[in-house]
Amino acid sequence: MSAPVTVNLARRRALQVGAAVGGGLLIGFDLTGCDAKKSDRKEPPNEKAVGAAATAASGGTAGLAPNAFIRIDREGVVTLIMHKVEMGQGTYTAMPMLMAEELGVDINKVKLEHAPADNNLYSDPLLGGQVTGGSTSVRGAWKPLREAGATARSVLVSAAAQKWGVDAATLQVADGSVRDPAGNRSLGFGALVDDAAKLPVPKTITLKPAGSYQVIGKTHARLDSADKTNGKALFGIDARLPNMAIATVAASPVVGGKLKSADEQKAMAVKGVRQVLKLDNAVAVVADHMWAAKQGLAALAPTWDDGPNAAVSSATIRADMMKASDQPGAVAQSVGDAPKALGEKGRRIDAIYEVPFLAHATMEPMNCTVDLRADGCDLWVGTQVPSLAQGAAAKLTGLPLEKVKVHNFYLGGGFGRRLEVDYVTQAVAFAKQMKGPVKFIWTREEDIQHDMFRPYYVDRLSARLDAKGMPAAWFHRVTGSSIMARFAPGAVKDGVDPDAVEGARELQYTIPEMRVEYVRHEPPVPTAFWRGVGPTHNVFVVESFMDELAAAARLDPMGYRRALLTKSPRMLRVLDLVADKSGWKQPLKPVAGRRVGRGVSMQFAFGSYMAQVAEVSVGADGDVKVHRVVCALDCGQVINPDTVVAQMEGGIVFGLTAALYDQVTFDKGRVMQSNFGDYRLMRMNEAPVVEVHMVASTDDPGGIGEPGTAAVAPALANAVYAATGKRLRKLPLDPAMLKKA
Amino acid sequence: MPSLNINGTPTEFDVPDDMPLLWVLRDVAGLTGTKFGCGVALCGACTIHLDGQAVRSCVTPVSAAAGKKIVTIEAVGNDSVGARVQSAWRQIDVVQCGYCQSGQIMSATALLSANAKPSDADIDNAMSGNICRCGTYGRIKAAIKIAASAPVAPSAAPATPGAAS
Repeated sequence: MSAPVTVNLARRRALQVGAAVGGGLLIGFDLTGCDAKKSDRKEPPNEKAVGAAATAASGGTAGLAPNAFIRIDREGVVTLIMHKVEMGQGTYTAMPMLMAEELGVDINKVKLEHAPADNNLYSDPLLGGQVTGGSTSVRGAWKPLREAGATARSVLVSAAAQKWGVDAATLQVADGSVRDPAGNRSLGFGALVDDAAKLPVPKTITLKPAGSYQVIGKTHARLDSADKTNGKALFGIDARLPNMAIATVAASPVVGGKLKSADEQKAMAVKGVRQVLKLDNAVAVVADHMWAAKQGLAALAPTWDDGPNAAVSSATIRADMMKASDQPGAVAQSVGDAPKALGEKGRRIDAIYEVPFLAHATMEPMNCTVDLRADGCDLWVGTQVPSLAQGAAAKLTGLPLEKVKVHNFYLGGGFGRRLEVDYVTQAVAFAKQMKGPVKFIWTREEDIQHDMFRPYYVDRLSARLDAKGMPAAWFHRVTGSSIMARFAPGAVKDGVDPDAVEGARELQYTIPEMRVEYVRHEPPVPTAFWRGVGPTHNVFVVESFMDELAAAARLDPMGYRRALLTKSPRMLRVLDLVADKSGWKQPLKPVAGRRVGRGVSMQFAFGSYMAQVAEVSVGADGDVKVHRVVCALDCGQVINPDTVVAQMEGGIVFGLTAALYDQVTFDKGRVMQSNFGDYRLMRMNEAPVVEVHMVASTDDPGGIGEPGTAAVAPALANAVYAATGKRLRKLPLDPAMLKKA
Repeated sequence: MPSLNINGTPTEFDVPDDMPLLWVLRDVAGLTGTKFGCGVALCGACTIHLDGQAVRSCVTPVSAAAGKKIVTIEAVGNDSVGARVQSAWRQIDVVQCGYCQSGQIMSATALLSANAKPSDADIDNAMSGNICRCGTYGRIKAAIKIAASAPVAPSAAPATPGAAS
């Protein structure tokens, strides 16, 4: 057990104690803290991306206003305003656990409220905006939420001490009460809040030492389980308002295309249809219900001028990208003189890897409910970026920011799709043409075909092996879209998009000469973040290529990696754990009529160390079945262990789905996939057994929402190689390449 | 004007005969627990019970439901099997984003009502029409087994007239 941590609050300018409106105690605290590690900090979204939100809301007092709230009322009910959104990752349970650990309250009694849109008040310390993404929630809130809990406890204890005339140090806190063991008396928080609210912010607070936690590190049931099993949980698509209409939309199937014609008369003739709305590049049919809207849209039969991208196809996109990848790129990493070292004597290996465009395919299709009036606008929408949604609506309507209210919901999946506000912007643009509240719902086809896609990447790699077969020089050139250049241009430095090279630039391996380059190449289709972001692409490439090197050296891929981990003890420990738990040294059980193999991958990403071993069998036709995935993980201090396990289980299925089945392709400018028939999601009968093993740690928490997704594709591809001897450098894995000769 | 028995309550709806039940439930009856996922019976998010059978409400016209008992996620807990399934789901925290879970629970309840002790293959067969993008399949399977092995609680609410038994 380590020593208690004393925090000097003089540095926390924004920690505030005050009275809540209507009585009770309000603790305001600064999520951005003062000591967020600079190395962890990503560049904030720029003003253009955020809209006017940041500047208007700050009013020049940024850093002084408290930006997250704990309220305790006179009944003792504790309310935590959630600055993050819940999209399945379990943050609505982990956040109150952090607060409850220090406050001394049963988390089942904590009330949670979705935060409203306010980019100043609810900014993430690691992302610089009101954003839920990048596996940052617990990492960012780890210190400020515990400090806020401890501050609340401190003033409540002081209030009790004054009341009883005793030394505060003799009092204890548990389960929402302050207890005086000597006087054998106790008072609930509710009885103390008004006195506590008058007290100044304590000069110092003491945080519990790691090892003495009562809440953190012990599995707590998800707080959203009950409502998500009885139909009560509300998602954006469930918003219902009096006199609300339902609309469905069709946008130009080709990016840049314009509406040519639409049969409004026929659409209006459908029973239940109220109105047809038109934009330059999209139409909507407003109706009493979704069925009438869908029928109306079919009758409307819009036609389009396809515009400049009419001839775009996967083949043209790929050809352009291949050409771009043949040119030198911006230097993301340079150790020694890799280009020279590659030319020296020794075995040289070259490879080109490719990963496809991917759709997010959240189970809840894109939707947004709008009530636009002359004096204001309300949005009911599930979003990872409430203040971007607010800013987009304000800009489009000309309303001041504070007149746009965003009502957030549970998200029926986010995965990066709901970091974008294209569907909000479109809904507001349509709503300008009508009166009254309307819910815009995209069909599944619209959702897949008008997604903003995980970029296509082309990666060129070269390595030279030394006499022992170990890499002496390593070269990696990433070519693809820069999402950061659009989303947060300030983050792009010297032509290098940090996201595009994440997982390629900083390797855990020690390689004497190394060069990583980035070529920005924008395809004529929109791109966006996708679960696992940069590492989902780069870890596949790096860990597949590392496997190629081990195979070329005729060395065991596990031992090969171990030998290169001379400077990363945490990574090594995780790799050894996965080797042990997967039974790496034992032969695999044969599967009748099928070729079996196992593959390993490892990564450091989102602050967490991870290694995975996948076991597969491949049929004569090349069909791949994943039987078992063993995942070892060091994500620092764990908050809710079962949530970590769940995120690994789910993240691995998510990554396997893409690696085995999915790609978005284009022909005549159009997306060729439309629904779950041709954009397949893994089903229960295809899902492997997933085993998760964690390293106990008291290091600061790492992220857990995305690592599982990122690490699994190379473990799979390496297992397929072990089973078949075929090295597939392109995702999704093509069964035709794996047929038995 | 179809008359529907939803969760035990007979109601008249002024909707076209070919309107899928999904939209009647969500947009007209206001029961939003049943979810829209694909519209073409590929994902199972809209699964409900029609006389105890699991059906995809997005492709079931109201005319096919006339005279039958419709049960949705909002009332499946009134049935002892449904209550056991929900309880198992909570016991091991199956849910993540939760959007597909209404459909998963409806499919699982229909399975266990027809087959009290399903094998792994039975579970795969009954549940593979239900997609979960969060990948909770391992836990869904485990929860179905927990529900199958749980003793029928004497305190479980009796089945309502509209509930499958």
